[in-house]
Amino acid sequence: MKVSDIIQTLDGTLLTGDANLDAEISSACGADLMSDVMAFVKDHVVLLTGLVNPQAIRTAEMMDIKVIVFVRGKTVTKDMIDEATSNGMTLVATRFSMFIACGKLYEAGIRSGGMRERY
Amino acid sequence: MKLHFDVPGDDLSLAGKASSELKKALGRLGIDPVTIKRTAVAMYEAEINMVIHAHGGSADAEIGPAGIDIRLQDSGPGIPDLDMAMQEGYSTAPEAARELGFGAGMGLPNMKRNADDLRIESTVGVGTTVTIRITLPGSTTKAP
Ligand SMILES: Nc1ncnc2c1ncn2[C@@H]1O[C@H](COP(=O)(O)OP(=O)(O)OP(=O)(O)O)[C@@H](O)[C@H]1O
Ligand SMILES: [Mg+2]
Repeated sequence: MKVSDIIQTLDGTLLTGDANLDAEISSACGADLMSDVMAFVKDHVVLLTGLVNPQAIRTAEMMDIKVIVFVRGKTVTKDMIDEATSNGMTLVATRFSMFIACGKLYEAGIRSGGMRERY
Repeated sequence: MKLHFDVPGDDLSLAGKASSELKKALGRLGIDPVTIKRTAVAMYEAEINMVIHAHGGSADAEIGPAGIDIRLQDSGPGIPDLDMAMQEGYSTAPEAARELGFGAGMGLPNMKRNADDLRIESTVGVGTTVTIRITLPGSTTKAP
């Protein structure tokens, strides 16, 4: 599904420009633990997280993740939005909780977790 | 090409900046994305470790035709038992690190998986030096 469909499904707010709206996303990963994102994400995923700090942006950058959804209406700082924009990333905020947001995306058709198996 | 980064230990909001800059530099050099990602992941784990466990330090990267060498050096507490630290799940991360989203004890194993050669020299009370070697595709040069 397209990034624009994800925003619609999550009743989300687009915080950055419209760079990736037509990009196709087939996997999603919900994590507050950046250690896990670093160690296990393999595909190009959309990252759902409740962690709002610059490391969420940088971890995604390292892992070539282009889209981050911040759950439960977290406030994202201008610095984070600027950093994401300069990396060509898309940030979205949704009022839904992690569980509900993941459930909605699953229901809408994203079925892959984009994670590698543990060793 | 040589790049030097100071990695401050007192401002957590900067943790990961050096790796971000190196990743961008490698992109500008036209290195293939798979190699760039391996390099970025290994360095980022080491950089975050340096900030959360060792009050920061410095990182030096040298990019040559055969590969990328990165050396991260700190004057932190050192690692008393390296074999234990290398195990998945072992972590002494403080609360502040967990708030950043780190401290699962996955970083060192992840560095090992992504680097072609990983060396860690650590002396308790003196500091830790991590050396990461990434071989460029098509190059047959072995790690030194
Ligand atoms: N530069 C360092 N200085 C001192 N101790 C370190 C350093 N790097 C790693 N360690 C020690 O090794 C342990 C394991 O490191 P590792 O990166 O695998 O896990 P972590 O940093 O605790 O968590 P994660 O990497 O999953 O966020 C750390 O908890 C710490 O005790
Ligand atoms: Mg670590």
